Amino acid sequence: MRSAPEIHDALFETFGRDAITGKNLEAIDPWVEVSPASIVKVSEFLRDDPGLLFEHLNDLCGVDYLQPDPKKAKTFEHSPHIEVVYHLSSFTHKHRITIKVLLPRWADDVEGDIPACPSVAGIWAAANWHEREAYDLVGIRFTSHPNLRRILCPEDWEGHPLRKDYEFPLEYHGIRGQ
Amino acid sequence: MTTELHDSQDLQDLQDPRIVEYDVRTDEMLVNMGPQHPSTHGVLRLLLRTDGEIVHEVTPHLGYLHRCAEKIGENLSTPQWIPYTDRMDYLAGMNMNLGMSLAVEKLLGIELPEKARTIRVLIAELGRIASHLVGMGAYGLDLGSFSPFLWAFREREIILDLFEEVCGARLTYSYITPGGATHDLPKSINLPPGLAALTGKSPDTPVSWTNALGQFLDWLEPRIEEYHTLLTRNQIFIKRTAGLGLLSPEMAKSYGCTGPVLRGSGVDWDLRRDGEEIYTKMYEDYEFEIPVAPFDAAPPEAVCGDNWCRFYVRMMEVVQSIGLVRQAIEKYATAEGPYRETFKLATKLPVDECYLETECPRGQMGFYLVGDGSSEPFRARAKSSCFCNLAVTGPLSTGFLLGDIPAIVGSLDVVMGEIDR
Repeated sequence: MRSAPEIHDALFETFGRDAITGKNLEAIDPWVEVSPASIVKVSEFLRDDPGLLFEHLNDLCGVDYLQPDPKKAKTFEHSPHIEVVYHLSSFTHKHRITIKVLLPRWADDVEGDIPACPSVAGIWAAANWHEREAYDLVGIRFTSHPNLRRILCPEDWEGHPLRKDYEFPLEYHGIRGQ
Repeated sequence: MTTELHDSQDLQDLQDPRIVEYDVRTDEMLVNMGPQHPSTHGVLRLLLRTDGEIVHEVTPHLGYLHRCAEKIGENLSTPQWIPYTDRMDYLAGMNMNLGMSLAVEKLLGIELPEKARTIRVLIAELGRIASHLVGMGAYGLDLGSFSPFLWAFREREIILDLFEEVCGARLTYSYITPGGATHDLPKSINLPPGLAALTGKSPDTPVSWTNALGQFLDWLEPRIEEYHTLLTRNQIFIKRTAGLGLLSPEMAKSYGCTGPVLRGSGVDWDLRRDGEEIYTKMYEDYEFEIPVAPFDAAPPEAVCGDNWCRFYVRMMEVVQSIGLVRQAIEKYATAEGPYRETFKLATKLPVDECYLETECPRGQMGFYLVGDGSSEPFRARAKSSCFCNLAVTGPLSTGFLLGDIPAIVGSLDVVMGEIDR
């Protein structure tokens, strides 16, 4: 079993400042921030390193950090961005860590152009469906994903419902909304 | 080609009716199984690509029960979201409530008094028994045997009666809430009519709730052996489950399978023992075993990781849960403190985030909450265990006969309400 600072140090020593871009080890669930370009390499290391052995991807989800409510924004300040959050645990060593990848809300600031993040479906098979869900609901394009289609919403659904600025459609195939 | 055919081995193969049957190639056919098919456990649609009777590919299509519970959660305070968690795994509503409540308590750093913790263990384990009974009964139904279903529902009915006495609801309880539970266990009730009929007592007998529960457990425990005779050791059942739907431990880990599916593949992992401190603390004074495949009682055809093992893990967990409920009844008699801490409906969440998984009957249900200083979570995420368990259907079913698909999907024991959320 390793503590979160030890896991962070192991990653930092192997991949350096360019890949491991941030951390918060005092949080309730300590997290390490990884750059999008190196998430696949880091994931592979996390799974295969004998001291880490994170075989289990508990959860993968996207969070849209945009606070549309100005009242709440006072206590919760963030520059608008999207986070992909990976919760990992190890059956062998019984330790846990959270990995985050920060993405812009829209690729190249073009509204409607969803950001891209490399897929880890090749590392943990569980990521396959979780990434489809994150694509469907939050709007993140996972590059080199084997089958990136919507999973919960219908295939012809427009928009990504868990985006904070999502607007509920007025009508879907003749069914009125609201 | 002709010379090869006259090779002795090939000739023998052609004379073997099994191989000839499998060798005949016909046109491939796409078959839709579901979403209204009774053996897909709810509104699951499986798209099968079949060649005659042999299944070449299985693609699950989800989302028929999607309610975007996560989006709803962003607009409600955490206690208000509890009723929505009931409707996720609607066969184990109590366990869903518990997972969500613990996640909120972890985020806020609340410690519960002993009595509240004891009530939670008691209720959650009773919920596990009820859920596994349905899992067992419905699995029998999938394989064409009707009696286990009726037997399991007879038992479950009494658990629902007891839950009704506790919180007034029979399916969607919203009983365990952040801070404890909504009510204490009732002091005196009339013996539930179902239980009275089974035990041969008058239904108007006033008893304490824990006494009625004790009577039920005494009645239930010998019945487990009957289920084993009816299903587990039944030759037809063994033929249809043992050695089929083999899930290797490596694959189970990679696909993120949890709960009985993971333990059926021989991975010794249960969050009640290996989970986070806030959850394992509830169980630290209890004695229980974690059933993991392979089993001594397994028939010779059974292999670690097949349908039979996954089914048997559930059966053994019922026995363990009965023991846990009994211990909880004892502890409840002497437990101190109130059954809940004060928890305001509009309790503000700190600017922090937390993720917590608990061991639900079907696997590890996770809740991820991001607080933004207001009472509504900025992001409320429910990670479903069945979602991951269902993902193995495709790889598990490839190459089997059409009739084996219900046996494989049924052994995963999925609930669509939890998958689609």
